[in-house]
Amino acid sequence: MYRSGSDAPRPTVPRLSARRAYGIQRWVAPNRFYRAVARRLVRMPLAYRWFTAGERIAKQRLFGCRMCAQCALPVTGYACPMGCPKQLRNGPCGGVSPAGACEVYPEMRCVWVVAVERAQQGGHESDLLRLHRPVDHREWGRSSWVNYWLGRDDNLWTSADLRAGQPIHAESPIHAESPIHAESPIHAEPPNRAGPVS
Amino acid sequence: MSRLAEALRSGRFVVTAEIGPPRGADPDAVTDKAQLLRGWVDAANITDNQGAHVRLSSLAGGVLTMRAGVEPVVQLTCRDRNRLALQSELVSAGALGVPNVLLLTGDHPKFGDHPDAKPVFDLDGVQLVWTARTMRDNGRLISGRPVNPAPRWLIGSVENPFAPPQSFRAQRLAKKVAAGAEFVQTQFVFDREMFERWMVDVRELGIPDRCGILAGVGVVRSLRSLEYMRTKVPGIHVPDAIVARLRGVPGDRVAAEGARLCVETLQWLSTVDGVAGAHVMAFGAEQVVPEILEAARLGPGGPAHAAQRAEGVPNAG
Repeated sequence: MYRSGSDAPRPTVPRLSARRAYGIQRWVAPNRFYRAVARRLVRMPLAYRWFTAGERIAKQRLFGCRMCAQCALPVTGYACPMGCPKQLRNGPCGGVSPAGACEVYPEMRCVWVVAVERAQQGGHESDLLRLHRPVDHREWGRSSWVNYWLGRDDNLWTSADLRAGQPIHAESPIHAESPIHAESPIHAEPPNRAGPVS
Repeated sequence: MSRLAEALRSGRFVVTAEIGPPRGADPDAVTDKAQLLRGWVDAANITDNQGAHVRLSSLAGGVLTMRAGVEPVVQLTCRDRNRLALQSELVSAGALGVPNVLLLTGDHPKFGDHPDAKPVFDLDGVQLVWTARTMRDNGRLISGRPVNPAPRWLIGSVENPFAPPQSFRAQRLAKKVAAGAEFVQTQFVFDREMFERWMVDVRELGIPDRCGILAGVGVVRSLRSLEYMRTKVPGIHVPDAIVARLRGVPGDRVAAEGARLCVETLQWLSTVDGVAGAHVMAFGAEQVVPEILEAARLGPGGPAHAAQRAEGVPNAG
């Protein structure tokens, strides 16, 4: 068996059924109330810490959450891709065993095999066609719910329309608006949202 | 600039092969292999620390291969580099005139000679393809900063039609094509039926019009290498009938039977609708590639034909 650090990403099986998870989606969708809560939380560091601790406990138990703070669950059949040893956010690698096991931890099922199954069960397979942008590693340990309610992760992935052809650098609101990170000169440069420059 | 792109546009059956760089600081180990392949293949992949084993870098190998007169496909994986290093490598490949890059996630360090290494995987394979296309076509880095002048390589990637979840494999390729992949090399085709099923999905998604499909073909040289492929390399599927066929011949004829199997697979692939060519992997036995391609009568046709074509003499093949 492969020996790895206790902190290394490792596949988990979601404890919440796909049907339940998609059902809960409606209850946490951003609205005026949640936005107001989120705005208050970012201004109150202690409350933010407690809120994030609660989120960590709940999502760790249910989904094996590792607190990347850029939650992909709603578009991956509520199976967390961050448990993949390669942290793949755009689908499975080529090493999945014929039985659907992870190549690194053969005793575990591949998170993407689980994700595809659950998305198909829930009639959400078109979600799997979205292109996920790279993870912002400054966000680890922060609250993905707050990010979600404030619309900071609106650009984490593209639409499921594979002909759209967007560039990868469409600046995510995490970079643009986060009160946590001072704007660096890199991000101060206006992103080119319009497509090809030439 | 990329002759591989030209060959893909020509509609002729395209052939690529693979050069595994050495562990030592020996340039001849690359150029000797390249010379064996010259004229027989449209381009040769230079692997990037293949199987998570330390080797001479793929970019250095690509430059050596170019010097030996073979067009390189420089592979780049997400295992060993974060997004800064990956983009830097892509810019460097552009500056050095590398005409093709092949972008993939890469094997996990678990399988290599440094299982104690930190796996990076800052980007995934799809994101790396997307990054490359944005750099080339939009002239931008992931950060949005300009890349000027933008590099001009052809962008390739990989797919495994044989691994679960099978229903998603063609869609995953469609994602890579949407991200910018212009050609794709597949895992070894030993199971024709399963490959054909995947190709049905691929054609249905209209992928062959936008992306050249190069089917992977492995040259089995011994029963030991067959066993290694089946049990030690993740993602390779060898049907029982093929195993029985190779085990059924005397030990000294396994290599010949493996070559024959390879020729048959290549000829079959050349008849499959939507397949643009093949990627032949010989695992260090590059000398057998010309024989196999000559027997299959596929690819550019050898140095003699290549020279004729350069002079404008029409090629009979």
